[in-house]
Amino acid sequence: MDNNVIPPPQEALAPSYPPDSVGLVATRLLTLGPERPLRLECGVELAPITVAYETYGELNTARDNAVLICHALSGSAHAAGYHGTGAHEKPGWWELMIGPGKAIDTTRWFVISSNFLGSCYGTTGPTSADPATGRPWGVRFPVFTIRDMVELQRLLLDEIGIARLLAVVGGSMGGMQALQWGISHPGRVAGVIPIAAAAGMSAQGIAFNEVGRRAIIGDPLWCGGDYTEGDPPAHGLSLARMIGHITYLSEEAMHRKFGRRRLAEGAGAAFGREFEVEDYLRAQGDKFVRRFDANTYLYLTRAMDSFDLVADHGSLQNAFAACTASFLVVSFRSDWLFPPLLSQAIVQALKRSGHDVAYANLESDQGHDSFLLPGNRLGDLLSGFLSRLHTRSRP
Amino acid sequence: MSDHPAVVRPVDWGLTHGRDRALDDQIMALVRAGERVLDLGCGRGDLLLRLRMEKGIRERGIERDGGAVAEAIARGLAVVEGELGEWVGDLPADSYDLVVLNQVLPLMEDPVAVIEGALRVGRRVAVSYPNFAHWRIRMTLALAGRLPVNPALPYQWYDTPNIRLVTVADFRRLCSERGWKVTREAFVSQHGADRAEPVRTFPNLRASLALAVLEK
Repeated sequence: MDNNVIPPPQEALAPSYPPDSVGLVATRLLTLGPERPLRLECGVELAPITVAYETYGELNTARDNAVLICHALSGSAHAAGYHGTGAHEKPGWWELMIGPGKAIDTTRWFVISSNFLGSCYGTTGPTSADPATGRPWGVRFPVFTIRDMVELQRLLLDEIGIARLLAVVGGSMGGMQALQWGISHPGRVAGVIPIAAAAGMSAQGIAFNEVGRRAIIGDPLWCGGDYTEGDPPAHGLSLARMIGHITYLSEEAMHRKFGRRRLAEGAGAAFGREFEVEDYLRAQGDKFVRRFDANTYLYLTRAMDSFDLVADHGSLQNAFAACTASFLVVSFRSDWLFPPLLSQAIVQALKRSGHDVAYANLESDQGHDSFLLPGNRLGDLLSGFLSRLHTRSRP
Repeated sequence: MSDHPAVVRPVDWGLTHGRDRALDDQIMALVRAGERVLDLGCGRGDLLLRLRMEKGIRERGIERDGGAVAEAIARGLAVVEGELGEWVGDLPADSYDLVVLNQVLPLMEDPVAVIEGALRVGRRVAVSYPNFAHWRIRMTLALAGRLPVNPALPYQWYDTPNIRLVTVADFRRLCSERGWKVTREAFVSQHGADRAEPVRTFPNLRASLALAVLEK
């Protein structure tokens, strides 16, 4: 095992983290050699391949307390804790849920969070170097799917010696991975928890993703995918993010956050920035350009759009036929990108095939992003369901 | 929008807590260890939780109140948010050893269809309901000319979630008309919100709550 650890930066001040944080963590990189290639759904074999992951908590002696966290479109392996000690250091993307005493309690569960295949946060993807040329893959990277992401996660678990997961948890695109886990590896997972997810994107969801892709592809700096790191199609990627961001919120949340408030300085030019919401979206777009890659965005939204359990299995009921896991399905009432009806279709199919399922459509006005935000009961549900799984999995 | 009064008033389900638990012991007694139990309208899952702790059942609850569903799942129960009728509709036949309809019939648009559905998916069905023919209700109506507001029916006419009323005599009649086999009955009389005594004679007059076990 080629196991590189990115050392956390050392600073003079003694770090002080909130007591319910896992504290200082580091992303690990695991590289699988050419003898263990990842065979993609499209037929291509990828090797060598690197996976970025983090773990929190301890694997117990019964080895039955491992929980896999699957991140969403723009997420990374850094789900909890801090990478540095600086005052402005931001915690992982699900710090809200993961930590000692939190919903996903790291004093009870061994949490594994891996960066999925094709992302730009350490795992092999379009920004990695093509071993054949030594240059970034770009759009020559093979097309991959949610199923391929799950297979890479499985290889990672094989490597770190996790035979069976207590649960796979994921929101949005992470929820798609969770569903695929239950289907691809029924014997290896006791609980599947898709949150604000779907067994297939709606036409509206695909439509928004397509607009985002067209924004990138239409940017002259995209150069057919062969842009340089210093000169990316920033305008296109930023626009894609702005569109995406609108779909992650809700009309109500936007109204509450911005209303029709105008910027203090007022619009300079006729079509300059005038409203706070405009400013906010632009800032989101700009921030995203600094942390994400345009080609990666194209691949990931494509993987998300092509996920379709009905097409893969004939029907949703067939898709779940071989599953043995218990399911906790959660949707949010104000989510219009992954509307509750899509979660209810999953619940319906699980029920018809006699699976153990719990489902809640949570009250929240914060849209699709609700699963990342405080103010709803998701944490209580996760905590209760994980405890239930653990009790049931023991004889 | 929030300046206008809500069109649908939230129901204070806390008012019926004592009533909804009054027959739990009798329902518990119907269950054998490890059975599959479906509680239709399970609320926060009080009965299911007890059944799981004491009888090790495989539980499933359906509830339409989102807050109660979240509470039940947080307590570690497999509860699904949904409408009872729709849920039962396409479950495989005989999926459960016992289906519970605990104090939910008066809320149902089509109680007959719900019971038929429950009988299809369960081997036994436990149905409990408030008895509108209890003597105190008869007196209130006859002497004061008022509708009852009591521990079994704790709401005013203008805020009750109940859309139907039923008596022991009417329920028995429905069972015989429909050919539902009643294998067991239990009756209690509630005194105050949290105390209930068994009733053995003249249930249509003396019981405030009734339980019937139906089989196909």
